[in-house]
Amino acid sequence: MALAKRIIPCLDVENGRVVKGVQFLDIRDAGDPVDVAKRYDEQGADEITFLDITATHEGRDTMVHTVEKMASQVFIPLTVGGGIRTCEDIRTMLNAGADKVSINSAAIYNPEFVREAAERFGSQCIVVAIDAKKVSQEGEANRWEIFTHGGRKPTGIDAVEWAVKMVELGAGEILLTSMDQDGVKNGYDLGVTRAISEAVNVPIIASGGVGNLQHLVDGVKEGGADAVLAASIFHFGEFTVPQAKAFMAEQGIEVRN
Amino acid sequence: MSTVAVIDYGMGNLHSVAKALEHVEPGVEVRVTGDPQIVADSDRVILPGVGAIRDCVAQMLAQGVDKEVAQALSSGKPFLGICVGYQALMTHSQENNGVDCLDVYPGEVKQFADGMFENGERLKVPHMGWNQVSQTIDHPLWHGIEDNSRFYFVHSYYVQAANPEQVAGRCHYGVDCDVALSDKNSFCVQFHPEKSHTAGLQLLKNFLNWDGKL
Repeated sequence: MALAKRIIPCLDVENGRVVKGVQFLDIRDAGDPVDVAKRYDEQGADEITFLDITATHEGRDTMVHTVEKMASQVFIPLTVGGGIRTCEDIRTMLNAGADKVSINSAAIYNPEFVREAAERFGSQCIVVAIDAKKVSQEGEANRWEIFTHGGRKPTGIDAVEWAVKMVELGAGEILLTSMDQDGVKNGYDLGVTRAISEAVNVPIIASGGVGNLQHLVDGVKEGGADAVLAASIFHFGEFTVPQAKAFMAEQGIEVRN
Repeated sequence: MSTVAVIDYGMGNLHSVAKALEHVEPGVEVRVTGDPQIVADSDRVILPGVGAIRDCVAQMLAQGVDKEVAQALSSGKPFLGICVGYQALMTHSQENNGVDCLDVYPGEVKQFADGMFENGERLKVPHMGWNQVSQTIDHPLWHGIEDNSRFYFVHSYYVQAANPEQVAGRCHYGVDCDVALSDKNSFCVQFHPEKSHTAGLQLLKNFLNWDGKL
């Protein structure tokens, strides 16, 4: 009897549609977010994450409506990320029905925002998203750096130190995306996942690069993740959530049935 | 039409609870309200809660929620406390360097220790996710919910009830937590039934069909 490891399908939403880029380029349409979320809810997903990749204000309003619609039909936790920059953004999403918000670049521009958000809304709803890429060369000690702008811009910030700092400021959970792997389906970067999981006391969600069910198992067993996030393997019907859970359970991982 | 008041004292999003209630019983009128008269007039009362305990208790006292709760409990109408709404009814909490709570039920709200290990695995705090709840008593609110079903939790502090007869459910996370409490017409839970899929929705449905009697 123990806390179950969570499986979290992630929906990248742009202008009200679910999309998933392969290495952030090749966009394929994967459907209406509310329909997709309902499908995952019925399959037994433990949470849903919406990442809003829309750039425009009109698109943001669409996202609020999407969250509202989903929250009245799906009764599992919902995290919303993408473009969360102010406490007002957080309030809007929580009032629309989100349970947690994920803060990414706004934390890099102004780390105090994380503290302010956690004090106002509680750490339980503040997820800090970290996009990390390995920067050390072969033979050097492992080092991962935070990148912004879809993995194009290095920040010079050490990913593990950053995670520790974010938790000190009040982050209740870390959503760690290993960027060099994202979309190429080679699995999570287990090194950085393990390093951050050991460095902080809050739960870690592993993200980026899932291509098969063994990757989910590795994220938990090798990476020490508390939850595993995946998108395309579920969106395009390669695997269902129950298949993923059965596979993880066979390998001794506690899951919710 | 049956009515249920969800007490709003300005702490966080109550829409999830309201939406879930409307979903399980479309015929019920859900009133998210801070008005003591509307709370008093409703057939059932829910005290939700999210965020830090000091602010929650301060807001409750400033708004007279303690009196609304006392009235609901003595009236015999079904009452449900959720998460911090449950913790606030205990004697005292270790959160925020120690906070006196409403002391409706004897017991302490304790902090999960840092660096707990179990079966070789480090237990993270907050206790976040789906954990199993063992039903320690028969209760109308457990109706149709299998023992040891999983519910969704997110909390860093847990209730340790001083009166074992009031414990209705337990969950283990490094320590045994009293995650459900029953006392006459009142039932309290640490988990979030509104986010706990079928088991949680069943519990809410049971609450809306409960007459407050054991």
